[in-house]
Amino acid sequence: MAILITENTRVIVQGMSGRIGSFHAADMIRYGTNVVGGVTPGKGGETHLDRPLFNTVREAVEATGAEASLVFVPPPFAADAIMEAADAGIRTAVCVTDGIPSQDMMRLKRFLKRYPADRKLRLVGPNCAGIISPGRGFMGIMPPHIYMQGRVGIVGRSGTLGYEAASQMKALGIGVSTSVGIGGDPVNGSSFRDILELFEADPETDAVMMIGEIGGPQEAEAAAYARDHMRKPVVAYIAGLSAPKGRKMGHAGAIVSAFGESAQEKVEILAAAGITVAPNPSAMGETMAMVLAQRKVA
Amino acid sequence: MDIHEYQAKEILARFGVPVPRGGLAYSPEQAGYRARELGGNAWVVKAQIHSGGRGAAGGVKLCRSADEVHAFAATLFGKQLVTKQTDANGKGVYRVWVENASDIAQELYLGFVLDRKSERIMIVASAHGGIEIEDLAESDPDSLRRMTIDPAVGLTEFQARELAFALGLKGGQIAQMVTTLRACYRAYRDLDAVMVEINPLVITGSGDLVALDAKMSFDTNAMFRQSAIAELRDRSQEDPRESTAGDHGLSYVGLDGDIGCIINGAGLAMATMDMIKLAGGEPANFLDIGGGASPERVVRAFRTVLTDSNVSVVLVNIFAGINRCDWVAQGVVQAYQEVGLTIPVIVRLAGTNVEEGKAIIDNSGLPLISADTLAEAAAAAVSARNASVANKAA
Repeated sequence: MAILITENTRVIVQGMSGRIGSFHAADMIRYGTNVVGGVTPGKGGETHLDRPLFNTVREAVEATGAEASLVFVPPPFAADAIMEAADAGIRTAVCVTDGIPSQDMMRLKRFLKRYPADRKLRLVGPNCAGIISPGRGFMGIMPPHIYMQGRVGIVGRSGTLGYEAASQMKALGIGVSTSVGIGGDPVNGSSFRDILELFEADPETDAVMMIGEIGGPQEAEAAAYARDHMRKPVVAYIAGLSAPKGRKMGHAGAIVSAFGESAQEKVEILAAAGITVAPNPSAMGETMAMVLAQRKVA
Repeated sequence: MDIHEYQAKEILARFGVPVPRGGLAYSPEQAGYRARELGGNAWVVKAQIHSGGRGAAGGVKLCRSADEVHAFAATLFGKQLVTKQTDANGKGVYRVWVENASDIAQELYLGFVLDRKSERIMIVASAHGGIEIEDLAESDPDSLRRMTIDPAVGLTEFQARELAFALGLKGGQIAQMVTTLRACYRAYRDLDAVMVEINPLVITGSGDLVALDAKMSFDTNAMFRQSAIAELRDRSQEDPRESTAGDHGLSYVGLDGDIGCIINGAGLAMATMDMIKLAGGEPANFLDIGGGASPERVVRAFRTVLTDSNVSVVLVNIFAGINRCDWVAQGVVQAYQEVGLTIPVIVRLAGTNVEEGKAIIDNSGLPLISADTLAEAAAAAVSARNASVANKAA
């Protein structure tokens, strides 16, 4: 069943009638994603891409039974759009938007805690490429054709590095169950650990490729989780071995500001937790192939 | 985005943090005048640059006369001050802050940061301030007190009191500390800061709290709603290549090597730098061209990378999702012609419209080196770099 999205997931797009939202929503529909409508305040009642538009997420959920939302809303309004989705009962939101103020994210995460577990929103992103279950559906901005369907999960901060991993694996005949971009912001929705939990429970995933980078505590948390709670193997790569300390490398969150946040330290933490770390970014695919082969023998 | 010490003090004072009296000077004459205007018999003269460690670098001095203030300020203006936090070029001094010297009985440390683990604002404080927090964390970690703030209710009085008592403050200092903590928190929250640091926060001889130094840094993503803060940006304190690149939608960080990098995506850019290093080379820069890059933006990326005279080869590595390989390829060809490139260029394209992109590169008739994988691209860049260095030597 993959995780987070299948061919049956009913998806709406917040900001579908905008230029970028429109482009990617059309791509998602072509791929077979079950896009049931869009939300653009003030355009309720119109149709776009042969799908109904709604003024509010609540109306969209009531009319279509939408469970998931892809948020293509500019930074000043993005956190509000995600809160609206949470309040309307959406269970999975993916936010692609880059540039949301970190205090908006802090307030948003606090807001999400008000809902009971059985109707709580799971946020993926922001500042991410999105999620794709190859051959079944996707929510995001990735080029879907580079993914081959299969049984390895991918979770990473960087979009393009996730593409790199998927294409290296494809070249070796290894397919993907679901690929999840958690985004490069310092305060984000789902963490590495959250997504590892989903992959561990997913009967269609055999192993996980985890792609981290400098900055933040999430890789270390994920390492502890994998060591203590996972039966499935995890292969990791950490970007930024050559990144200077204290400099922000593109992503708002890619900066070494505390102990344990450099690539070297993260590699050591992951290796100590029994995770196989790819020695370089060109070896992500072959390292996964090696781990899968060992698994088969054992 | 960083601001100067004096600006941080002015902001924090507005929210209720006690700061020494002082004045800003743009010339040595003005500095001397400020000292006379402030009165008293001792002044601290502080170079205003966006860096810590100014004292150890000779940018701060206690002066006993207005003439001494003038004379010391004269040595600062126009100087590139090199601290242990700046690069070897240092940062230019164009403003000097003159303030009444304080009588120091004890130095505390007070910082507000974004804690990525709790995803909340965290206060870090110590009764043993006056040295850098990194050094403090190493030399005296037990003195550090930490407290996170619930964004739904803000910093409560009881939390502030608890912290004040934990730092060993007494009597009227408790109320002063509560005021200072709440003022810093409100400034942090209302102005979209990412860091507020008062180090040292001193207890004076008469037992009062005063912020002797102050540092604030702001969330660039929030500048759309913080126009007063955005105006405080000081380009003289930035690497001109990085600010110019930023103006054109490029994220650029200058480094020490000689292999120029043009890449899409921060993660892939870091990974490509790592790969260059593993192949035996040194990256000259980090550069992310972002999504939906037009040929013009690619040309701009080349111009940015080539402002670094160390660059002896350029590696373009694109895995296109929302980018288009054909646009990038057009940009590479255009850059070759417009910029008059004479150094080797390695191009690796993958993802959206890759066939069209490769065709443009292959049919361009230009001496562009194509690579299919990340590993090939890095190896080709390093060998082209080595060949060009050998050529120059010969």
